[in-house]
Amino acid sequence: MKLNLKVWRQKDRNSQGQLVDYTLDHLNPHMSFLEMMDTLNETLILNGEEPVEFDHDCREGICGQCGMMINGIAHGPLENTTTCQLHLRSFQDNETIFIEPFRSAAFPVKRDLRVDRSAFDRIISSGGFVSTNTGQAPDAHSLPISHQLTEEAFDAAACIGCGACVATCKNGSAALFTSAKINHLVLLPQGKEERQERVINMVQQMDAEAFGHCSNTEACEVECPQGISVLNIARMNYEYNRALITRK
Amino acid sequence: MKLDAKIPAGSLEHKWDNFKKKAKLVNPANRKKLDVIVVGTGLAGSSIAASLGEMGYNVKSFCFQDSPRRAHSVAAQGGVNAAKNYKNDGDSVYRMFVDTLKGGDFRAREANVYRMAECSLNLIDQAVAQGVPFGREYGGYLNNRSFGGVQVSRTFYARGQTGQQLLLGAYQALMRQVGKGAVQLFARHEMLDLVVIDGKARGIIVRNLDNGEIERHAAHAVVLATGGYGKIYYLSTLAMGCNGSAIWRAHKKGALMASPSWIQIHPTSLPQSGDYQSKLTLMSESLRNDGRIWVPTKADETREANTIPEDERDYYLERRYPAFGNLAPRDISSRAAKERIDAGFGIGPLKNAVYLDFAKAIKEQGHDKIKEKYGNLFDMYRKITGVDAYKEPMMISPSAHFSMGGLWVDYELMTTLPGLFALGEANFADHGANRLGANSLLQASVDGYFIAPYTIANYLSGDIHTGKISTDHPEFARAHEAVEGSLQQLIGINGSKTVDYYHKTLGKILYDYCGLARHAAGLELAIQEIRKLREDFYKNVKVPGNLSSMNSELEKAGRVADYLEIGELMCFDALTRNESCGAHFREEYQTEDGEALRNDSEYQFISAWEWPGMQGEPILHKEELTFEVLQPIVRSYK
Ligand SMILES: Cc1cc2nc3c(=O)[nH]c(=O)nc-3n(C[C@H](O)[C@H](O)[C@H](O)COP(=O)(O)OP(=O)(O)OC[C@H]3O[C@@H](n4cnc5c(N)ncnc54)[C@H](O)[C@@H]3O)c2cc1C
Ligand code: SF4
Ligand code: FES
Repeated sequence: MKLNLKVWRQKDRNSQGQLVDYTLDHLNPHMSFLEMMDTLNETLILNGEEPVEFDHDCREGICGQCGMMINGIAHGPLENTTTCQLHLRSFQDNETIFIEPFRSAAFPVKRDLRVDRSAFDRIISSGGFVSTNTGQAPDAHSLPISHQLTEEAFDAAACIGCGACVATCKNGSAALFTSAKINHLVLLPQGKEERQERVINMVQQMDAEAFGHCSNTEACEVECPQGISVLNIARMNYEYNRALITRK
Repeated sequence: MKLDAKIPAGSLEHKWDNFKKKAKLVNPANRKKLDVIVVGTGLAGSSIAASLGEMGYNVKSFCFQDSPRRAHSVAAQGGVNAAKNYKNDGDSVYRMFVDTLKGGDFRAREANVYRMAECSLNLIDQAVAQGVPFGREYGGYLNNRSFGGVQVSRTFYARGQTGQQLLLGAYQALMRQVGKGAVQLFARHEMLDLVVIDGKARGIIVRNLDNGEIERHAAHAVVLATGGYGKIYYLSTLAMGCNGSAIWRAHKKGALMASPSWIQIHPTSLPQSGDYQSKLTLMSESLRNDGRIWVPTKADETREANTIPEDERDYYLERRYPAFGNLAPRDISSRAAKERIDAGFGIGPLKNAVYLDFAKAIKEQGHDKIKEKYGNLFDMYRKITGVDAYKEPMMISPSAHFSMGGLWVDYELMTTLPGLFALGEANFADHGANRLGANSLLQASVDGYFIAPYTIANYLSGDIHTGKISTDHPEFARAHEAVEGSLQQLIGINGSKTVDYYHKTLGKILYDYCGLARHAAGLELAIQEIRKLREDFYKNVKVPGNLSSMNSELEKAGRVADYLEIGELMCFDALTRNESCGAHFREEYQTEDGEALRNDSEYQFISAWEWPGMQGEPILHKEELTFEVLQPIVRSYK
């Protein structure tokens, strides 16, 4: 099949970027989207041009490193699917595809399609953990946790930190990402002890980064590859208010 | 060179305790004076960096991804083993030790294997304390599943995302230390050389992948937790950036490389569908608990799978290995698949796959139960192939997956270079010639959480009075210049073939001659081919861009340059081992019915290779293995 690509090219953080046209022919519909990008780069290199920089690593939907806006949609047209898991069979022959980076004030473009998502790491380091030191811990069975609770916590813990939620949000809010970690930990007895400080610190860190405020458009849930529910955001708000009230 | 594994005295069960009792400690006030570099943020790297940070050392943590949470440990699906015996099915530390040693075909150290089994108990406790949501039963207690090569259920899991959840636990522990300032994080930094001063590892040279800057970092000890090099085959279950460069460059600075040819080829990955393919996705081995593996009895079968009657299907694992059936260990399952595919019974458009069929399980347990157990794997299969595996069998094929080989380390996880430690998949220890499923998340974690914190402290206790290591030392300058020179050389070639071309060609050579089955003539040929390819690489590779900005082609070129050397050493290693053991199957050494033929009298050793310099052949050292508790027996899964 044939595809007409319009790819965002930007030399570095401080340069102006622009869309550049490329056409690829004889593509196999079973190719993955990133393999199509590989093919494009192979052609560019052999033509003496600089290849397109894009983020990726595992190519199986779990590391959260890949991510592009494809025709204006984070990770492209399929629901609950990362860019690396997308295949050309989801596109029409001769289709024109816009490929742009995940844009957000908190995710500056580093080059071409690569963005800086280190703000996410800073949010986690502000409180996204259980403060237990390594080396010693009580027997795992000393703490039964119901099947249902574990499953609920897992649903939140499944976040891969890709940033599609932020890229999709018109406010550039990181509420879905942050709330997923808060809920993973607050649902479990291990995480309850620090619930107050955690939610306050993480929300404050989120606000200190250049993320916008959540105005409940719920667009993030639709694009999230892990199907993280917006109910997490409601629960984070509850936790936050509760913490502010009960804080000593 | 005399290899001293430094195994502590005492009976097997007491060795680790004996070590800990005698290990030297560093007083908390002195720890602040000691710097440690940890390269890698997978389970091994994150856990040791977090632990050392908690203890009060100054830690610098490096990874090439844009966040430590993306290390390839994240991709492990199936589970992690621990001898908790929560199922009361007769499991114990001893049994786990036996299974692991036997699974590795008696090519691992007894003491190491026993320690791993022993520490497995603590790992589950540790992970639960961190909030890892392992699967639980309705009563609230932890659930287990069974994995290939064993007859008990000792595998803990978190849906099909066990690696992700364990890694997030370790990552969060690491980020907690980053927040406290105990660990400095350097994401998107790639280690390009090790700095050795007066015979000791004292620092590294890294490249900042975002702006191309070359940096020097000094420390009293360097830990490599840089994962496996299975990506050398190009098509593999590893991530695109996985590499052997960190350990290889350490090897060239003096660390011995152990049994590099022991690479596990996983039986259940998705088959290659075309030349453009960049990776082979793993379908968790846990699927073999309920899926049945078969091929048609007729070669070149053209009918659809569901229309082939039962008596025209060959469930070859159940046929050849009735005791273990579809749960036979990985090396055996992969080889059995290759045997059928080579004999012309392969299925799929490229005739390179076998079926993994859930029809019977769905009939017996119901669609919902299977969905609950494997739903995310079936979804993943549909996303990649467009096929609904609830209705049709999956197509699977073997793929390069795990490197048992790696840097040689002693019992303390220290390489032959003092001050250089190797943890996790980057070292060779514990798995012997074949790794059992769900044992490597375990190994990476126990190395970092429970073992290295003691052994590194033991080493650092000798450095309390050393003072800061300066990056102005001439050895830093020399390594810095060498790194810059070799990057410049790669860009300067400006030839006509891409880096991927060389990587793919190398991968094909290795799959053909140093993969599931090897023979002397093929290995000799492969060595010649790899040398030719390497020569061509340095004449004709094309690396665009420049050194001083983001340049992923340059990163790839450096990794492939190393792979072109590692591949040759793998072939040498396979060639000198005139026996079949575990993942290393030499066609010349097999029984009449095609099973591996080990040679304990001559090959009961770990090969440890020394770098000979750019000229000359690698130099072999041997660590003889002795078995005091368990006498080597022939592995039989029949
Ligand atoms: C698809 C898949 C599924 C698996 N499933 C299971 C399973 O179910 N159970 C099980 O027990 N095992 C499983 N394994 C194996 C297991 O996941 C790995 O062996 C283990 O996670 C390795 O951990 P590690 O910490 O040693 O390395 P990794 O997690 O690979 O981490 C390597 C780290 O090193 C860094 N790094 C590498 N090179 C450099 C460099 N030059 N400079 C700077 N940083 C560098 C990387 O950035 C990364 O942070 C699986 C493996 C794969 C590939
Ligand atoms: S919440 Fe979803 S979209 Fe946002 S980072 Fe996590 S996985 Fe990605
Ligand atoms: S490359 Fe890892 S999630 Fe896409």
